[in-house]
Parts: sequence; structure tokens; C-alpha cells
Amino acid sequence: MSGSRERIINHAILAVFAVIAVFPMLGVLTQALRLPELDFGNFAEAWREGHFGTYMRNSVIVTTVTVAVSSVLSIMAGYALGTMRFRGATAVFLLFLAGLTIPTEAVVVPLYFDLRSIGLDNTYAGLILPQIAMSVAFGTFWMRAYFRSVPPSLVEAARMDGASSWTTLWRVLVPIGRPAILTMVVLVTMWTWNEFLLPLVIVNSDEGLRTAPLGLSFFQGTHHTDYSLLMAGALIIAAPIVIVYIFLQRHFIAGMLSGAVKE
Amino acid sequence: MTTVARHKSPVSRQATATAPRARERVRPPGAPRRVGWLYVLPALVIYAGFLLWPLVRGAQFSLYDWDGLGPATWAGMSNYSRLLSDPVLRGAFWHLLVLILFYAVLPCIIAFVLVAAMSRTRIRGLTFFRTVLFLPQVVAMVAVAVAWQWMYSADGPINSVLRGLHALGLPDWSRGWLGDFTFALPAVGLVGTWVGIGLAMVLFLAGVQKIPRELYEAARIDGAGPVREFFTVTLPGLRRELAVALTLTTIMAIRNFDLIYMATSGGPGDSTKVPAYEVYNRTFNTGEVGLGCAIGVTLAVLAFLATAGIGRLVEGRDS
Repeated sequence: MSGSRERIINHAILAVFAVIAVFPMLGVLTQALRLPELDFGNFAEAWREGHFGTYMRNSVIVTTVTVAVSSVLSIMAGYALGTMRFRGATAVFLLFLAGLTIPTEAVVVPLYFDLRSIGLDNTYAGLILPQIAMSVAFGTFWMRAYFRSVPPSLVEAARMDGASSWTTLWRVLVPIGRPAILTMVVLVTMWTWNEFLLPLVIVNSDEGLRTAPLGLSFFQGTHHTDYSLLMAGALIIAAPIVIVYIFLQRHFIAGMLSGAVKE
Repeated sequence: MTTVARHKSPVSRQATATAPRARERVRPPGAPRRVGWLYVLPALVIYAGFLLWPLVRGAQFSLYDWDGLGPATWAGMSNYSRLLSDPVLRGAFWHLLVLILFYAVLPCIIAFVLVAAMSRTRIRGLTFFRTVLFLPQVVAMVAVAVAWQWMYSADGPINSVLRGLHALGLPDWSRGWLGDFTFALPAVGLVGTWVGIGLAMVLFLAGVQKIPRELYEAARIDGAGPVREFFTVTLPGLRRELAVALTLTTIMAIRNFDLIYMATSGGPGDSTKVPAYEVYNRTFNTGEVGLGCAIGVTLAVLAFLATAGIGRLVEGRDS
């Protein structure tokens, strides 16, 4: 049998592609840390000169608020669309579904002019509200799928015990739906943290409101080819999501691959 | 949907049957409750106000000539016809097509062939490989752009390898890849290939593990070689995964703003200009807001068509 040889070749192929996948990132790491000397000076310098402290704080604020609000709204909307019957429910669901494919590029220009006219450009609200809107499209779609998978007998049992629909949602269904909710939370966290075009356009004059990816782009503007410094900046802004990914990779992969799944 | 129906207890089915309107029996499960609107409303209001409304406004803006400051003048469909008549924009859509080849088609073909070759054996350490292969998907594109600018830079690893080859007697292929009129676009495209290939492999690896072993055994008993096995067992078994991979990577190519803005700004010349970049460039650099919006609306339509179309194309009309 050629089974064992085949097995070795297959694993070798996978290993080659794994190396290709991490090579640029390992390059970043060696450059930023000046390996093998292991020098954290680049990080300190990038952090200081690139104002990454401020930018990271802004990203944390924007991401936290976006994720918290959009999760609660998505859970509520998904609950109604998944377990209740009311006039227009299907139309509302299709409306949310359509939002899954709207690219930021299609809305960013009108958002800029309309938010500016009501004084929301260069504000946290101007960064957060559109990102909540983008997140609830996916969130509602995702949570509806979860609530539809819950046995209706569970909901009925809760109602027979006298629980209101509100209590049933938060006391019965949300606790057992933690894995589905966690998947939604990590994905929205990643998309919000990594979003670049929206902050670039909305935060056009107030440097103090720049998010981390935006900060890296301006940092690049001032340190064109100082790669070791740029790499340190890239590592700083990518690290939070990569760390979460390493612990929760199953949730990232399952969620992202379902993005193209239709009914 | 079917599982939900199966869970439905006999009691509730009886209750539905005795309900005043028999029509309800065929409706989806769930209590009829107008309170549902109250649950949907908060999400719907923000969604409509900050995503759907801007989309409508974008479509409206796209019908005007406007520099963002002065009065707007009605332009009808002229901004859309400029997508075809303006050579730079026509080039941008052409570049998008080339990038779809690099972002979607190439990764899917490579990953598909590789994974098909692996379908005969169980993979050890699948979780590890999955985690590593998928990693490029979660790193911020701006950081990816910085990493690849270094990869392509004058003294970066790619040019070092090519100079090494030159020392061995081959022609000198080293150059500033992202600054080269001919090679900047393929160079950007290969970054997309790098990002997409892991996603496709992870999808196909998961799919191939789900194909029943018996099918392979049956094919082998019938005397099928690796090629026949590929076309009769692996390819039909992975249709769904192929559709998902193509859809996600095509959307990635359409939404390709971050990388272009960071790595090339559309240059050198117009050689890496893509529609996603032109939305920004035309609106904020050249003051053609209506045109920028027309490109944005076109991208939304393309993204929608890609999502709706690829599934139908790959999975066939029957499913």
C-alpha cells in the first residue's frame, strides 16, 4: 500500500501552505523585534511616535459600544423573526438579508455628507452608528438561524410557566445560546476593529478620534520605508484580534464561512 | 426548518389544527404575536437609518453632478455612462476583473486540487492547519498591506530570492514590484491569493471530511483512478463549499479598498486603480461626488449579483 507515503505527501503539502500563510507575519515579527536580538525598542518608539495609545483606546471604545449595542439589537430582532409570527416578518427578514452584501464603498460617501450636515462627522457616534447598522444585518440573520433551531417546546414550556416573551428570551434562550452569541460577538468585534474606509472618511480632521487601522495608515505616511518601525505598528494594531482568534478560532471560522450561506 | 418541524409536539399540532383558520397549519411554527414588531424595531430603525437610507441617498447622489460644496446639477444617467466612457474607470473595472481572477478563481483552483489530492487520507493535526491557514483572514488588511510592502520592497525577501537566482545564472528578475507598471496589479492580486487560499482550503478540507468514505471505496472497487474519483466523488461532494468559497473571495475582491489605498494608492499611474478605490478618489480627491456614488452603487449591485449568482451557477438549478 502507498497509504503512508501518500499521507506524508499530504501533510507536507499542508505544511508548505501553512508556512506560506505565516511567512509574511513571521517576517513582520522578526523585523519588528530585530530578531535574533529581541529588541522591544521599536514597539516603544512606534507606540510613542504613532500615538497608538490614543488610537487603540478609540478602537476599544468604538468596538465595545458597536458590539454591545448591535448584539442586543440582533438578539431581539433574531428572536422575533425566528420564533414569532407577525405581519411583515418575512419582508423584514429579507430586508436584513439584503444588507449582508452591501459594501461599505456603496454607503460611505452619502454617510459622510449626511452625517456632516447633522454634525456627526468626527464624532464617536458617526463611527459607531453606521457600524451598528452593518452589524445588525449579519447579527439578525445569524441569531434568527439560532432561534429557529431551538425546539418550540422549550418556548412553550416557558410560557406555560408564566414567563413573558421578554423573560423567555433573556432567562431561557440566551443562556443556552451562548455559543451562537459568542460567534456573533467575535465576528462583529473583528469586523469593527479592522474597519478602515469608514473611519478614514468620517474622522477626517480630528486626530484624537482616529482608530487603530487609521492610525497605522497615517503612521505609514510619516515613516514610508522604515519597515521595522512600521512592522511594530502593524503588530500593535493586529495583535488584539489575532490573540482572540487563537483562543476562539472555531467561532471565527464557523461564523465567517456561514456568511455566504443562504436559506 | 425541517428539524424545527420535526420537534413540533403532537399537542401543539392538535392545537393548531383546531385553530379558527386551517390555513395556519402550513405556516411556519411560532406564535402569532404582534409584539414581534417591538423586538425588531430598534435594530430595524438603526439599520434603515444608517445603511439602507445612505444606500438610497447614494443612488440619488449618483444622478447629479456635484463637487461636494456648490450646488448640484441634474445629470441623469451620465455618471453611469461615464463608467464605460471614462478610460480610467473602464480600466478600473477591468482591473477588478483581473483581481477576481487572483482573489477568487486562483485560490479556489489551487485549494481544490490540493484538497482533492488529500481526500484519500485522514489528516492529522487538522485543527492546527486550519488555524494557521485561516489566519490571514483575521489580520487587519492595513497590517497585511504593510507586511506585503516589505515582502515586495527593494531589499525584501522576494527580491532577495530572485537575486539569489540571478547569482546562479538566471536573468535578474528583481524589481520594485509595487512600483512597476506591468507587475503592480498582479503583485496586489497575489496578496489576495495569499489571503483567499487559506479560506478555500479550510472550507474544502471540512467538506472533504464529510464525504462518506464508502463513496471512495465504491469508486475504487469500480476501478476508478484518482482522476475519475475526483470528478465522480470529490467534485460533486464539494459543490456547496466551492460556491461559498467563490462567493466570499469574489466579495473580497470587490471590496478591495484597504490594500490598494495602503500599498499603491492606485499607482503607478492608473495601473492598480480599482472601483473601490475610485469611490474614495473621485469623491474626495477630484470632487466628483456623483460619479463616486455611481461607482459605489455599481459595486453594491455587483456584490449582490455575485452572491446570488455564484451559488446558482455552482450548485445547479436543482438545489
